[in-house]
Amino acid sequence: MPIKSYLAHPVSGQKEELIMALRNLKQCEVVPAENQNILAVVTDTSDEKEEQILKEKIEAINSLKLLSLVSGFNTPHN
Amino acid sequence: MDQSVTNRRSFIKKMAMLSAMTAAASMFPGILFASEQEKGIPKGANLDWKKGPCRFCGVGCGILVGTENGKAVAVKGDPNSSVNKGLLCVKGYHQTMCIQSKDRLKHALVKKNGKYVETPLAEALDIVANKMKTTIAQHGKDSVAMYTSGQSTIPEGYVASKLMKGAIGTNNLDCNARLCMASAVTGFLTTFGADEPMGCYEDIDHADYFITWGNNMAEMHPVLFSRMLEQKSRRDVKIIDFATRTTRSSTASDRSILFEPQTDLAIANAICYEIIKNKWVNKSFVEKHCNFSKGITNMGYGLEDNYEFTDKPEKINFEAYKEFLKDYSPEKVSKYSKVSVMDIKYLASIYGDPNKKVVSYWCMGVNQHTRGTWMNNLIYNIHLLTGKISKPGDGPFSLTGQPSACGTAREVGTFTHKLPHGVVMNQKDRELAAKIWKVPVEKIPSKPTYHATEMFRAVDRGEIKFIWTQATNPLVSLPKTGRYRPAMEKESCFVVVSDVFPTPTSDVADVILPAAWHIEKSGLYGNSERRTQHWDKMVEAPGEATADAWMFIEVAKRMGYGDLFPYSKENHVEEIYNEYRQFHEGSKHGMAPLEVLKKESGAIWPYVEGKSTQWRFNAKYDPACSNGEAFHFYGKPDGKAVIWQRPFEDAPEKPDAEYPFWLNTGRVIEHWHTGSMTRRIPVLHQAMPNAYVEFHPDDAKALGVRNGENIKVTSRRGYCVLPASINERGLPTKGQVFVPFFDENMLINDVTLDAFCPISKEPDYKKCAVKVEKA
Ligand code: SF4
Repeated sequence: MPIKSYLAHPVSGQKEELIMALRNLKQCEVVPAENQNILAVVTDTSDEKEEQILKEKIEAINSLKLLSLVSGFNTPHN
Repeated sequence: MDQSVTNRRSFIKKMAMLSAMTAAASMFPGILFASEQEKGIPKGANLDWKKGPCRFCGVGCGILVGTENGKAVAVKGDPNSSVNKGLLCVKGYHQTMCIQSKDRLKHALVKKNGKYVETPLAEALDIVANKMKTTIAQHGKDSVAMYTSGQSTIPEGYVASKLMKGAIGTNNLDCNARLCMASAVTGFLTTFGADEPMGCYEDIDHADYFITWGNNMAEMHPVLFSRMLEQKSRRDVKIIDFATRTTRSSTASDRSILFEPQTDLAIANAICYEIIKNKWVNKSFVEKHCNFSKGITNMGYGLEDNYEFTDKPEKINFEAYKEFLKDYSPEKVSKYSKVSVMDIKYLASIYGDPNKKVVSYWCMGVNQHTRGTWMNNLIYNIHLLTGKISKPGDGPFSLTGQPSACGTAREVGTFTHKLPHGVVMNQKDRELAAKIWKVPVEKIPSKPTYHATEMFRAVDRGEIKFIWTQATNPLVSLPKTGRYRPAMEKESCFVVVSDVFPTPTSDVADVILPAAWHIEKSGLYGNSERRTQHWDKMVEAPGEATADAWMFIEVAKRMGYGDLFPYSKENHVEEIYNEYRQFHEGSKHGMAPLEVLKKESGAIWPYVEGKSTQWRFNAKYDPACSNGEAFHFYGKPDGKAVIWQRPFEDAPEKPDAEYPFWLNTGRVIEHWHTGSMTRRIPVLHQAMPNAYVEFHPDDAKALGVRNGENIKVTSRRGYCVLPASINERGLPTKGQVFVPFFDENMLINDVTLDAFCPISKEPDYKKCAVKVEKA
């Protein structure tokens, strides 16, 4: 059950769009920086496959310029 | 999913989010994440939010702590606080995570036959009180000492002062703010006769230029720096970073100007030279509001035990001052400061432009300086000559490091020479203290004793036979710890350490007292902008951990001073604050009533007729001005500020053939001072797990040093081994290495020099000579 955190850099001027798009994905939590063009993102999925699909979905968002992985955790299944 | 898995999962998610934020903080100076924090809070959580100031730095951000079932579960910025307007830095967000650390001190520990034995607190306090009493009986009252902190609350500092100076009758009380703010205090007193900045953080919203003097605000005052960056993004505002090392602040500034260590003295004088030469002096301001003085030069550096110095100010006139500055033309100064003539003239032109508002910021670079008082004076000179002072967006602003260096150390006065109002040397100040404390005036000695460095030297000499430290870690933070660690281990001195976590200082204690942390007690702090902030206890302390103020009171009672400390356990913070306020009554330093502080996110003193005073000494804002003029520097008897003639003098130890590098020490954004709290916050510890020695890439290349390679940094005092860091966090100038001091496993203060400013007695942690070699 992976939990990963990323820094998401929006395309210039499209921070709000990126926040909305990420918040529409139910496995994502988003915390935008107040004063920089960057978002902290945490993904919470049930397995690597789901994580991979989610990552592809995120990378397909038009308002995203760059997604960089910060940390990855794995928690035991229930 | 069972409850424990859910909890663990939400904890890991929180950690993951914090990791991302911390990573972002290392990429973007001053980055802030705000109210969205709340979204990480479990659904349906019934949180009780309580306000207070942040535990860590002197910016004094307002925080809201969310508690549930007696536990602190979330921290967010207080949107009602004008300091941070809801924002916090990485340290601020994570602060409460240290409370649950496994090695938390929950019970008193008493050393018996070389081993620590868990002991009921009441019994440990009996031991402390008895030891203090018998030591005084055998060796006199000046054989006991107390060393407190700019992280102690106002009531804690007040009770410590009353116990030592009023009850016992010794001035053997000093604090760790001596190591960070003493030069700021003597700078204010010598120039204005009144301590603490005249302006406030709102200056940021009005200034056109920010000039930072040896001050890495992006890491040390991140929320203020982010407010500056915000202004930069909104209007034509410029930040000029003037330093000896390229930092995150430099890269985020419009201009970075680097100087050779110690030559800031000469450059400040060169700026004044240019201001006068180009006729940028605000003549009417200077004529009406300033005097000129000079003092003793070649004062020495306090390297020898029992060093004493008293300045002898002598009035001079403008012409004499102008003549003195002839040695400081940009051309002459450029030769040894390594700052170009053009850059010196550029800096002067900013201050000299009558249409630009300028704020100067500084902190440790200027204060931790063997001529720290002079450096403070010199920056004031620039602002006084141009009249850019005490106005919104115009002013010199000495930032403070610790959360209550101002509120507790400076205002309550936990220095050897201080009283809650004024100084021990002044008969009237002693009389006021004696009246409020209800002690005979003769009880309060009129002569200061030991400042911090000398206090620990006196422990080493065997003069101090009992010392009680509180909320501070001197065996990591003092300069030249190689002398003071064995000193504290000597049989001749009984050591009591009151703290939240074990530290290298508690390792040498005879008694360790378990202290309640920040939100486990009520208290008040005072930040850099004269803002007093109150908080209520939010959670219970674990085990027998107890508020320091209450432990002082308990010891005072056991020593027979109960009638001087008639406070109740439940309300002692309130009772003490109300007593303390009497010291500052009046329009020059009136403190806000507690009811106001309980409601509001702090108030700035002087608090007069229900209003904070944002700009002191300016008749438009400050009701204490009474000379009928636009400005009144009422700290001085004639109402005039002093422009000081202070020369450039060399550092006591400079790089030479044997020790060819400057050593500069300092801090990093992730850690709070000696790391005893932040190294117990996993996300901060992971982000910055150990100290390092930073090289200029050219020096590293010449020495064949690679990143991460272990390096031995050696001075005439001692050595420290650390991994090399090249082109990572910061970039020292060629011929200089930089080491952060947060890591108790890599004690760089074994290497530093205990030279200090003769006026303030504040040590210089920024300059000594070292050699570096592969370990
Ligand atoms: S800037 Fe200072 S006061 Fe503000 S949150 Fe950070 S550490 Fe706390």
